[in-house]
Amino acid sequence: MGKTFAGGVHPPENKRYSESRSIEILDAPEVAYIPLSQHIGAPAEPAVNKGDKVLVGQTIGSPKGFVSVPVHASIAGKVLKIDLHPHSVTGKPEPHVIIENDGSDERAQELETLGDNWENIEPKKIVEIARAAGLAGMGGATFPTHVKLSPPEGKIIDTVFLNGAECEPYLTADHRLMLEFADDIIDGFILIGKALGAKRHIICIEANKPDAIEVMIEKTRGTGIEVCPLKVKYPQGAEKQMIKAVTGREVPSGGLPFDCGCYVQNVGTAKALFDAVSRGIPLYRRVVTVSGPIVKNPSNLMARIGTPFSALVEACGGTTEPVGKIISGGPMMGLAQHTDEVAVIKGTSGIVLFGLDDAESPNEMPCINCAKCVDACPAYLMPTNIAACGEYGNIEMAEKLGALDCIECGSCAYVCPSNRRLLHYIRAVKNEINIKKARERAEKAKAESEKETVKEVEKAE
Amino acid sequence: MAENKLIVSSSPHLRGKDSTPKIMWNVVLALLPAWAFGIYFYGPRALWLTLIAVVAAIATEAAIQAIRKVPVTVFDGSAVITGILLAFNVPPGVPWWLVVVGSVIGIGIGKQAFGGLGYNPLNPALVGRAFVMASWPVAMTTKWIAPRGGSLSGAVGLDAVTSATPLTVLKLSRSKILDPESAEQAVQEARQAVELVYNAWPNMFFGKIGGCIGEVSAVAILIGGLYLLIRGFADWRTPLSYIGGVALFGWIFGGVEGVFTGHVLFQIFAGGLFLGAFFMATDMVTTPVTKKGRWIFGIGCAILTVFIRRWGGYPEGVSYSILLMNIFTPIIDRHTKPRIFGTSRKKKGGNG
Repeated sequence: MGKTFAGGVHPPENKRYSESRSIEILDAPEVAYIPLSQHIGAPAEPAVNKGDKVLVGQTIGSPKGFVSVPVHASIAGKVLKIDLHPHSVTGKPEPHVIIENDGSDERAQELETLGDNWENIEPKKIVEIARAAGLAGMGGATFPTHVKLSPPEGKIIDTVFLNGAECEPYLTADHRLMLEFADDIIDGFILIGKALGAKRHIICIEANKPDAIEVMIEKTRGTGIEVCPLKVKYPQGAEKQMIKAVTGREVPSGGLPFDCGCYVQNVGTAKALFDAVSRGIPLYRRVVTVSGPIVKNPSNLMARIGTPFSALVEACGGTTEPVGKIISGGPMMGLAQHTDEVAVIKGTSGIVLFGLDDAESPNEMPCINCAKCVDACPAYLMPTNIAACGEYGNIEMAEKLGALDCIECGSCAYVCPSNRRLLHYIRAVKNEINIKKARERAEKAKAESEKETVKEVEKAE
Repeated sequence: MAENKLIVSSSPHLRGKDSTPKIMWNVVLALLPAWAFGIYFYGPRALWLTLIAVVAAIATEAAIQAIRKVPVTVFDGSAVITGILLAFNVPPGVPWWLVVVGSVIGIGIGKQAFGGLGYNPLNPALVGRAFVMASWPVAMTTKWIAPRGGSLSGAVGLDAVTSATPLTVLKLSRSKILDPESAEQAVQEARQAVELVYNAWPNMFFGKIGGCIGEVSAVAILIGGLYLLIRGFADWRTPLSYIGGVALFGWIFGGVEGVFTGHVLFQIFAGGLFLGAFFMATDMVTTPVTKKGRWIFGIGCAILTVFIRRWGGYPEGVSYSILLMNIFTPIIDRHTKPRIFGTSRKKKGGNG
């Protein structure tokens, strides 16, 4: 059965399409479109110019500020241009480094290769390598890993979690990764624990992946690492819900996992960290599940960052019927795309395609107060009430109701029998609240600076 | 693929299987056993009075929606529920136009005037019932029909002296017993009558008593009610707290000899408690969304019901109790907000 949290939903898992398909290596694309922003924080700045020849793994974007990571070339070839191209997260054209493949696949060796010496590495060095390798959370949130590995002074992390829950329907990339690269993942996990000085290591996997649980138990025998099966329930992979399920601790409202002594990292990121530290490979490729009811041969593909979605879909034999919706990520939290030209980025865990019938949103009906959303909310909010505030523009009430504590899992909208776009309205009102807060901060800062000026003028007089 | 217009919408991109019409039609389904028992005990009147009420409810909703120039949604099942519940809450002997008036008022004033499904603060069927109760109190309190093979009060040999439903017998007897000026013999008779109706509780459970069309059989309502609970279309907290509350407070205050003399089974199987607890106090639109709120709602209904039965002007108080508690629903919700994840109990709704 496994541990779990209160609330949540159980959408059809639909993992069967791709869970038994081994990871296949997808050919490098003819042209790679590599966004300079693939992570939360400041976008990288281009480190190459048009016409430059680049190698696989070469830094082509340099981080700007602390909360930022470099971007590496995923193919060898010539930089065609640095130009705007549709982006799968913002939905807008964003700066991309566009590289034409020369077919050589020659690799740059920027990172040190520690090999089996990785076990003796200094914690600080792990954080440095994580940054140099361009690591950002590969579960989808793409938070820069080195920032996460550098908790503020005084925050002690005693427990690290390896997130193999993969609670999104259809997605099987993490599942396959755990089956095929268990050793790398565990070693990467040990590196994470080392970087943070954590005592307890827990690998969390949803109970619908018994083979992965078995492999992990087998491989961690005698290491002190715990393997914790979790109940199959969405959003079991959300870090706050995972921590709660396993330890009973709650990340404080407005806080981060380190506020309760925890740290959660996706299995893909753990493998990428090991690749970087031991093999000197930066993050320029990842496993992407391509699935959905209309995909001919649903697969788990090891794709280069910058490969257009269209190439991945093509590699899966295309679709059996016209495409109605392309989702980057899983169907619960993923982002619907307006074009298949968008490219795979560090956070692209999957591409899910729906036919026209599944793509349409059913008509909204009035809320009947059934409270199914209240029961489903894993943040213990009253989604229908917050959504109503969103609809009618009552920002203050929404804030009081805890709108900012919403983790945007979409469980509320999923269960709503009236098909209300609850999360949509909640997102809108959260946005309003954040704008209001930013405005208030700006006004406060302005008032203070004016006070300062007055003081200075008085002093001068 | 590129020629295709892709649909871009906000996540989630999946929807659960439940729909509002599905919930409503399941409630209709759950009401059928009670209807069948009503028809069995009171004859075809129970059939066609209910049908008339349903047709009137649907027609009113359709007409008002047509006038409002909004989509006509009479097939979502909610107007059907209102019609059925309205008919279930009147004595089987009332004239046909009375249920029509009840349905029209219930849907018109109780529901559509507030904006239709989801926006009504009060249960529409109970609004309609309250209206006809106030307008034609005699018909609403005397037009009972004796059940097939039984008597109005459910007790054998009592109808010779009174033609009243069990709760009315209890109320009249109590006032006789408690009145110091009553003759000794009258008190004796009243005590006997109470004894007889108390002992007739199995008839109340099965429905062999006088009463409103749909509230007559506790067992029939229980079948439908359990179906709703099992399917997750009603929350068990409300009926449990309501019926449990009536059992407790009815035992304390519902007797004829003073406190702690109430007959628990009589109190819970009498009148419209089961219908109210399973089908009206669980109406999603007009009752709290929080779990704690549902406990409070049920217990509030129970206290009001027992108080009306004991001290009110009417023998039965289920309808008015639920209506009154409907009014408190927004306040209950506001004060029973769940603790937000990551906050402590005391600091409600804070961030950080």
